[in-house]
Amino acid sequence: MQQLSRRKFIRNVGGTGIALWMGISVRGNVIISSSVAASGNFTPFILVESDGAITIFNTKPEMGQGTFQSIPAIIAEEFEVSLDQVTIKNTNGEKPFGNRQRAGGSSSIRTNYTDLRKVGASAKEVFIQSAAAKWQVDISSCYAENGKVIHRPTNRTYGYGDLVADASRLELPKEPKLKDPKDFKIIGKMARRPDVPLKTNGSAQFGIDVQVPGMLYATVARSPVIGGTLKSFDAAEAMKIPGVVKVVEVERIMGRYHSVGVAVIANSYWTAMKARKALKIEWDNKGYGDFNTVAYEKHLHELAQEEGLIDKNIGSVDSLKLPPENIVEAFYETPMVAHHTLEPMNCVAQVRGDQVEIWTSTQVPSTITGNGDNDVHKYIGFQPDNIKLHSTFIGGGLGRRLNVDYVIEAVGIAKQVSQPVKVLWSREDTTELGPYRPMTFSKLQGGFSAAGELVSFQHKVISPSFQEAMNPAFDINKVDGTMVEGIGEQAYEIPNLKTSYVRAEFHVPVAAWRSVTSSTLAFCHEGFMDELAYKAKKDPMDFRLGLLSRPSDLKRVLLKMKEFSKWDEPLPKNRGRGVAQWEFFAGLCVHVVEITVRPDHSIKVDKVFAVIDLGEVVNPDNVKNQVEGAIVMALGAAVKPGITLKDGKCMQHNFYDNPLIRIQEVPEIEVLILAEGGKVKGVGEPGLPAFAPALANAIFAATGTRIRKMPFDLKQV
Amino acid sequence: MISLIVNQKTYSVDADPNMPLLWVIRDIIGLTGTKYGCGVAQCGACVVHMNGDAVRSCVTKVSRAEGKEIVTIEGLSANNDHPAQLAWQEIDVPQCGYCHSGQLMSAAVLLRDNPNPTDEDIDIAMSGNICRCGTYLRIRKAIHLAAEIQKKKTPANS
Repeated sequence: MQQLSRRKFIRNVGGTGIALWMGISVRGNVIISSSVAASGNFTPFILVESDGAITIFNTKPEMGQGTFQSIPAIIAEEFEVSLDQVTIKNTNGEKPFGNRQRAGGSSSIRTNYTDLRKVGASAKEVFIQSAAAKWQVDISSCYAENGKVIHRPTNRTYGYGDLVADASRLELPKEPKLKDPKDFKIIGKMARRPDVPLKTNGSAQFGIDVQVPGMLYATVARSPVIGGTLKSFDAAEAMKIPGVVKVVEVERIMGRYHSVGVAVIANSYWTAMKARKALKIEWDNKGYGDFNTVAYEKHLHELAQEEGLIDKNIGSVDSLKLPPENIVEAFYETPMVAHHTLEPMNCVAQVRGDQVEIWTSTQVPSTITGNGDNDVHKYIGFQPDNIKLHSTFIGGGLGRRLNVDYVIEAVGIAKQVSQPVKVLWSREDTTELGPYRPMTFSKLQGGFSAAGELVSFQHKVISPSFQEAMNPAFDINKVDGTMVEGIGEQAYEIPNLKTSYVRAEFHVPVAAWRSVTSSTLAFCHEGFMDELAYKAKKDPMDFRLGLLSRPSDLKRVLLKMKEFSKWDEPLPKNRGRGVAQWEFFAGLCVHVVEITVRPDHSIKVDKVFAVIDLGEVVNPDNVKNQVEGAIVMALGAAVKPGITLKDGKCMQHNFYDNPLIRIQEVPEIEVLILAEGGKVKGVGEPGLPAFAPALANAIFAATGTRIRKMPFDLKQV
Repeated sequence: MISLIVNQKTYSVDADPNMPLLWVIRDIIGLTGTKYGCGVAQCGACVVHMNGDAVRSCVTKVSRAEGKEIVTIEGLSANNDHPAQLAWQEIDVPQCGYCHSGQLMSAAVLLRDNPNPTDEDIDIAMSGNICRCGTYLRIRKAIHLAAEIQKKKTPANS
């Protein structure tokens, strides 16, 4: 993330920004900004109005991960207001709120925890100072509680609203005193999320729910062969359908992926869909009409023979002379998968001259408004100052809504009519057109010394490249770090370690999917660790702990899991348990899975234990909800069919042939949260990667069958 | 013109009789609590009540709904206080929340027909509703809690 110095920030944002940053009163209000927060992170704000109304702005879009509560909660804790007292508003990519109005990478809390506390604490201090000055008493005799400053000896009070004018003239302290965590009233406590009641009566507004007066509806026919584009079209029949307004060309742009489609604009979505079927279109397949994933995966196998680009090379893996019987090798495979956010892609856009107004569900508001280190606004075709965004609740992000292809496309359509247009992707569109999480293949090798110690570990990843797909300027002669995520950074103490990457050319749009490449690499890495434990004739838990002589987060968490899951208690003959861990940019979580082998040899997933290491926790119940959900998503990716292509086209269309987990398939889940201080780690993603390998390892423990390929069928392992 | 009764209010809508009820409810009447998820009766995000039955509005032609009593999530209760809604709030079931209109509408029919559902009853009744966030364990727990709340509200039935 780009770090802006404060000076640069002032220059970038101009006059308004300075006013906000200085804490200058605007129309009788005081807006407290995070001038104390780290540079490049001028995001969270408090607005106090003279009537006492308090608004806390949440810069991290709510997609189910809980930021609508957790971000304001941290500020409110230090500002000494209860969440019931404040109005929470999501920001919309506006300039004063900075370039990090985005939610992804499980980063919202882990990268902002202390800064958010400082925002609340510094604001509290200027209100206390103001009250003390009014009373002409010593600051130390005053304290704040429930949005009021109280003079302890006399019990006199001022509401924050009474102090707005004075507080706004004070400079915010840069290093305010933070509360002792034992005095926390909000952080670390179970609290009901404020967005939940809106989600039980239909009043929460998602992008798809936006209605603008005079709005038209559009659907887009896009090349069914991925990589293809429009050659020509005939809209004569479509235009005959009553209600059809216009048929236009529109481009979808995602990183280096560009494709022109045909948009039908009509007075209802239903009419637009009917007319779309009446279009006569000729596509240019651009040579991708024969593409199929079976052949591509064969190609990936072949590429595994290549040396690849070295990611990490510690010790001397290549010059070790280990006898062949001390070497274990394995090859692992994972599939492409779709995100399947339940809210399909959609966007409302209205163009008026050189201005555009956008309503949508997005993980990246400040990217859309051009208020970040990106050039998305160029594709949207408007100056950042002329882009107005309305960011709604998100019906599932999962990484899909880090991409703005559907926004660029909607603006492209809106440019061609004078009315606002809602563009909606059907479930089939979202399934068939990507982006997908790419497949990764892994070639692994481990070597033991004569004394039986694991002395060598190699992990080579063969896959398409995210960064190449996203960024046309990416240098393919460099390792795409995203594709080897975490594999060179596990805490295991192995003296010789080599990780490498073989890039495979791929024309299909790919994108981050909850927990990014860890969602596949953990399966390979930790499945292979289990193979090594088996080779070493050691218990898989003890084998891992044996590689952790020094104190580490992983060692601490594994030991806790050993106890939490009652690892050492024997299971009956037809049952088995497996363990796996994963530590990566987003955080650390360990899973133990227990299974039963039924008489017909099918597998029942009985129970999952998860220990997530957080450092600090804001809402423990929400963390549990997140980990439970991550496990369900991981289970789906492990046992349900992935995405395949034949004749250039996606072979899956909707939930009937690309199924998701349903209620009857969910195992019992028990989550333990470790919040023992130290590095603050993420919540949304870490619960996912280690589940699949723990399940595969449990199946091995119970059946002796080693699973090296996802997806696998629990009915016939 | 097609006459529809939605949440006890009568609407006269100008729509193609083949148009799915979902789009009439959302785009013409303007009640957006009912969601589009798949369009082919796979995910349950669009469940509404029609004469008391849980139906998938995405595959129900509007002509079939004419004259029938339609209830959407907005009409499930006056004050967001149907036992299932209260239980959902108590347990903080939703994450993104997109599927939960449909989940609640399916749960409400289950709770009416079966005041003491077992886990298995719940799984059968709710298996048509997908939650991508994976809140299923909480849905199950909330339906049990809703059954308890329902009993307290109507002691005569318990």
